[in-house]
Amino acid sequence: MKAILCLEDGTYFIGKSFGKAGECFGEVVFNTAITGYQEIITDPSYKGQIVVMTNPQIGNYGVNDNDIESDAPKVAGFVVKDISKIDSNHSSVSTLSSYLEKYGIVGISNIDTRALVKILRERGVTRGFISTLDLTPKTIYEKVKMVKDISSLDLVSEVTTEKIYKVEAYKSSKHFVVIDFGIKKSIIKYLVENGISCTVVPANISKEDIEHMDPDAIFLSNGPGDPANVLNGISIAKHFFGKKPVFGICLGHQIMALAIGAKTYKLKFGHHGANHPVKDLRSKKIAITSQNHNYAVEDLPDFMEVTHINLLDNTIEGMAHKNIPYYSVQFHPEASPGPHDALYIFKEFKDMV
Amino acid sequence: MPKNTNIKRILIIGAGPIIIGQAAEFDYSGTQACKALMKEGYEVILVNSNPATIMTDEELATKTYIEPLTTEILEEIIKKERPDVLLPTLGGQTALNLAKDLYESGILEKYGVGIIGASYEAIKRGEDRALFAKAMEEIGLKVPPNAIVNSLQEGFNSIKEIGFPAILRPAFTLGGTGGSIVYNMEEFPSKLSAALEASPIHQVLIDKSLIGWKEFELEVIRDTKDNVVIVCSIENFDPMGVHTGDSITVAPAQTLTDKQYQMLRDASLAIIRKIGVDTGGSNIQFAVDPNSDDFYVIEMNPRVSRSSALASKATGFPIAKVAALLAVGYTLDEIKNDITKNTPISFEPSIDYVVVKIPRFDFAKFRESSKVLGTTMKSVGEVMAIGRTFKESLMKAIRSLETDNPYLFMKDYEALSYDELITNIRIPTPERIFYIKEAFMRGISIDKIHEVSHIDKWFLHQIKELVEAYKEDVPFDKNYIFELKILGFSNKEIAKKFNKTEKEIEELLQDLSPTFKAVDTCAGEFKAYTPYYYSSWEYPYYKVGQEEAIFDND
Repeated sequence: MKAILCLEDGTYFIGKSFGKAGECFGEVVFNTAITGYQEIITDPSYKGQIVVMTNPQIGNYGVNDNDIESDAPKVAGFVVKDISKIDSNHSSVSTLSSYLEKYGIVGISNIDTRALVKILRERGVTRGFISTLDLTPKTIYEKVKMVKDISSLDLVSEVTTEKIYKVEAYKSSKHFVVIDFGIKKSIIKYLVENGISCTVVPANISKEDIEHMDPDAIFLSNGPGDPANVLNGISIAKHFFGKKPVFGICLGHQIMALAIGAKTYKLKFGHHGANHPVKDLRSKKIAITSQNHNYAVEDLPDFMEVTHINLLDNTIEGMAHKNIPYYSVQFHPEASPGPHDALYIFKEFKDMV
Repeated sequence: MPKNTNIKRILIIGAGPIIIGQAAEFDYSGTQACKALMKEGYEVILVNSNPATIMTDEELATKTYIEPLTTEILEEIIKKERPDVLLPTLGGQTALNLAKDLYESGILEKYGVGIIGASYEAIKRGEDRALFAKAMEEIGLKVPPNAIVNSLQEGFNSIKEIGFPAILRPAFTLGGTGGSIVYNMEEFPSKLSAALEASPIHQVLIDKSLIGWKEFELEVIRDTKDNVVIVCSIENFDPMGVHTGDSITVAPAQTLTDKQYQMLRDASLAIIRKIGVDTGGSNIQFAVDPNSDDFYVIEMNPRVSRSSALASKATGFPIAKVAALLAVGYTLDEIKNDITKNTPISFEPSIDYVVVKIPRFDFAKFRESSKVLGTTMKSVGEVMAIGRTFKESLMKAIRSLETDNPYLFMKDYEALSYDELITNIRIPTPERIFYIKEAFMRGISIDKIHEVSHIDKWFLHQIKELVEAYKEDVPFDKNYIFELKILGFSNKEIAKKFNKTEKEIEELLQDLSPTFKAVDTCAGEFKAYTPYYYSSWEYPYYKVGQEEAIFDND
């Protein structure tokens, strides 16, 4: 079956359908990770986004029950050069295509993904629309123009947990309240592995409820969309600043920046991959990191120090208060997918409490 | 750390004559290194016994000695030139061995010459099997277990740790008489007895058999600040049992999940640190169980290797040049990526294409040599192809071989019986891939071919898809032929399929041509200033309101 992907500038690609037949739309981003498509697909931070993989051979090792970052695929749509018809790995339970079909995710393959990536790189943030139902470019072009800007959407409420739940560490020494803006499972896994018991709470939790839980620290998770829309998160970070240790990853980091009067801005095409070098300015060591963000922070107040920078474009990748435990990183220390170089961040979170 | 200004003169040892297992790739890396160090203002003293190399060209070193690569000659050169340091990691095993000898004989100490790149201890740990195994154990990694036994009882004690299947090799027998593979405890006593009997000294070497395990290589690079990056992962199409140099290999690795890949990455970082390669590149080989996440470390080369040259060309990351600069004190974040210009080399390349290497054999020259591939390298060279998919890349690589049959689909093997065909797939030879194609032409299943060859089913499926496209009963249609071009078929093969002439195919395709895509180290994420290109048949894209298709180059 044929499929069409049309961008908001009128560029379109005709390819083949995989996953579910139908239509989907969102902000189109590309990810340069060579491995880990299943983790990427299930990462809630991709809510509202169509993901293009630069690695042309996708689906080779199928999908399994462990490499998931949330309960189901979260991407709006999926774009690859070549989708494997078979799954070849002892861990696999299904082909990628049938997995996506099961969860209703529309995919397109057999297009020049490199040409697409270069268009996204040059144009910056771009909306897209995929259809397998109507292949008329003009119609799809009209539809893509109707797609809402991602910064106008409240995506967090679509991916946050509904209920409060606890994950106890085996040898627990600390207790964090983890605010779920669309958290990746691996973040909880590594917090727990570091001896931190987590109470995972919805994004709309009240400050009073958190205070009532009396945690050792507040942790703000990753998640989709524009940090400026996450008003409750910003107000929680503001409230606990100086009262309790506050930590964050990715969207959580951006929220923490906004809470102390720093700014966030949208990067041209974001950072999505598993090969970005980040320098820890305290140790001078470089970690190869997993990245997935479209916004970055700037203009930190004087009481903050920049702890990490991205060596590819010198953007801020980590910040810490000079005196109190208020520390966050932009990259993903939990990797998944990606290198484990930055796992030490979880230990730092624990040691700062 | 900026470059070390205490060093003025650097001695580089080349790889010597071209032999099987050590060919032009070391000239490629040595030349890169000489150029980089000369540009940095160092005096480079180069010694190589092979004048037919680029590195021995006049302007590439301050002084070049074309002399035999022996400790005696090296001592004379050191005495005369008084280099500050020796950089032994760019001339293959030859240079590494010489460095070891020069160190052990006290010559380096006598003339106050240091070693940069890899220390004496690192060279030793990388090479000595027992030291290497011990080092791996200390960091919680495994090498394939083995034992030398002199009695049944010793055999029983050892086999517990080694596990089945195991290979029994009687000591001092000709052609492996009495040797066997044991699959379980029932047959172990009788087979071990037979093997002990067969050995004149009643001694048997028991090796863990990794036949059928998947084989991977990682190219690792480290700087003085202990920053480590993986340049490239390589997966062997041919599973364990065929020497990497004789295997078809693919970059990047295709059949590992991220967790499985990170497991090998974590191990690689631990290994390069443990072995103590202070700066520069190393190549680490792994065997991975296809049925679990179990894996063994096969070996590590604490130097630039044959695979480094492949990884460099496959990714655009100049390993030898970077290794040379790291050896004189630079750190990875201080070296710019030549291709993207604005980003540093302290990253891991991402590639948006597939690279296939196929070894080239010359059995016409080595008549007495069997074509059966095993653990001793036999190939005399290799070809490397780049394509947007494995299928395209494989087809291009086969065409580049320049053998008498450099096309997957030109020759048929109809005369072979089923049993002969299966045997030709079971026993690895340079032609195995052609027999696999033939098996798919006959409708033999992936499962059957996998069972006898242990080649990963994903690779087999790719070949099956090529066969299906070739066999598909379709009219002579331009759109279909364009799809065949994207799959990597040559005009010759397409002409054969449709019973047409090559000229007719050319005419049909005259308004179409392949695109040229950049090798840019970053999968298109950044603008490339000095990339190199490969050709690829790609799909076009369009603009609303415009008729013509746009084929994207660059």
